[in-house]
Amino acid sequence: MIYMDYALMFAMACFGLGLLANLWRIARGPDNPDRILALDTMVINVIALLVLYGVQRGTEIYYEAAMLVAMVGFVSTVAYSRFILRGDIIE
Amino acid sequence: MALWVDILISAFLVIGGVFGIVGSFGLVKLQDQMQRLHAPTKATTLGVGGVLIASMLYFGLVQNSLSFHELLITLFLFLTAPITANFIAKAILAKSLKPEDLPDSGRPHGWSVYDDPPKTDAQDLDGGMPGIEDEGRGG
Amino acid sequence: MLKRLIPHPILSLVLLAVWLGLVNKITLGNVLLGSFLGLVVPAITAPYWPNQPKVGRPLVVVQYILIVIWDIIVANVQVAMIVLFKPNAKIQSKWVTIPLELTSPEAITVLAGTITLTPGTVTAALSADGGALLVHCLHTEDENAVRDGIKARYEGRLMEIFQ
Repeated sequence: MIYMDYALMFAMACFGLGLLANLWRIARGPDNPDRILALDTMVINVIALLVLYGVQRGTEIYYEAAMLVAMVGFVSTVAYSRFILRGDIIE
Repeated sequence: MALWVDILISAFLVIGGVFGIVGSFGLVKLQDQMQRLHAPTKATTLGVGGVLIASMLYFGLVQNSLSFHELLITLFLFLTAPITANFIAKAILAKSLKPEDLPDSGRPHGWSVYDDPPKTDAQDLDGGMPGIEDEGRGG
Repeated sequence: MLKRLIPHPILSLVLLAVWLGLVNKITLGNVLLGSFLGLVVPAITAPYWPNQPKVGRPLVVVQYILIVIWDIIVANVQVAMIVLFKPNAKIQSKWVTIPLELTSPEAITVLAGTITLTPGTVTAALSADGGALLVHCLHTEDENAVRDGIKARYEGRLMEIFQ
């Protein structure tokens, strides 16, 4: 565990900074598709952070959370894009 | 823990972290909407992939409890990444671009975002809603 | 009779594997429950799959998957290099039209997904009659080379698989 702790810290810092960058893009826009893209990237970064936290704690209990976030994120991205495309989610 | 396991897991973690930050950085740096679509859909899949492989190695080699959860998450992300990218691309096409900005499809029909598909008999079979379609044509 | 009972053998196996992955423990009870799901779910959802795609040539499928995984890794490094080291003014993005020879919806879906996952290209739209794909290329000097590369590398193999 000499290098792994540092590597974990590094990876968590990377994905945390990634979240900040996504937040900037959500605030800045300039258009709705950009915000969807930023939110989708945010979901992916959160999945990575959850998995990393699980490794740091040495427990597998966070995988269910990561799985659920992945699924909900996918559905919400598709729903939001569909809303922009058609003005309606369920046709 | 053996040193090589330590180094292997660390390498995957670092690779994952680097690709993750590059994907989010591309989202901020690139200028054009369609260009921005490239960075997250690619870089983050490998970023998360690296992290998940590292976690699988950690639980398999260090804690001796081999798990398949990570494989499922990786598979799910790789299957859904093209679909979300395609939906966002379609949203960009519909919202910010015009048919004139795009190359010709080289077919009798244009791109599906702007043009309706050709009418076939199959549409009547699967219970298409003719009333709504006619309304769309009229408007 | 067997075909009525198991309309989609591959789907049943995939469902069993996913179930075992989710519960993360291989015991007799889990295998039985997974097999039960693998039999019941395809039977219930069969009306949504009217035409079963014909997938042949397992060796070509394996080769295709390996090629795509390799290309994903290469693509990630290339895109990362472009994002990090190329100034925005020098990135030449282009739209590419790819005329399709594939006709089955499943094959076109796989091709579109592969294009999105690999070197600097994203599938944006399909033409309304399903005969051409609109692809956005992050950085290229020659769009014809991109088109020919995709057609030779992926579409040819998919033609073999889905025939």
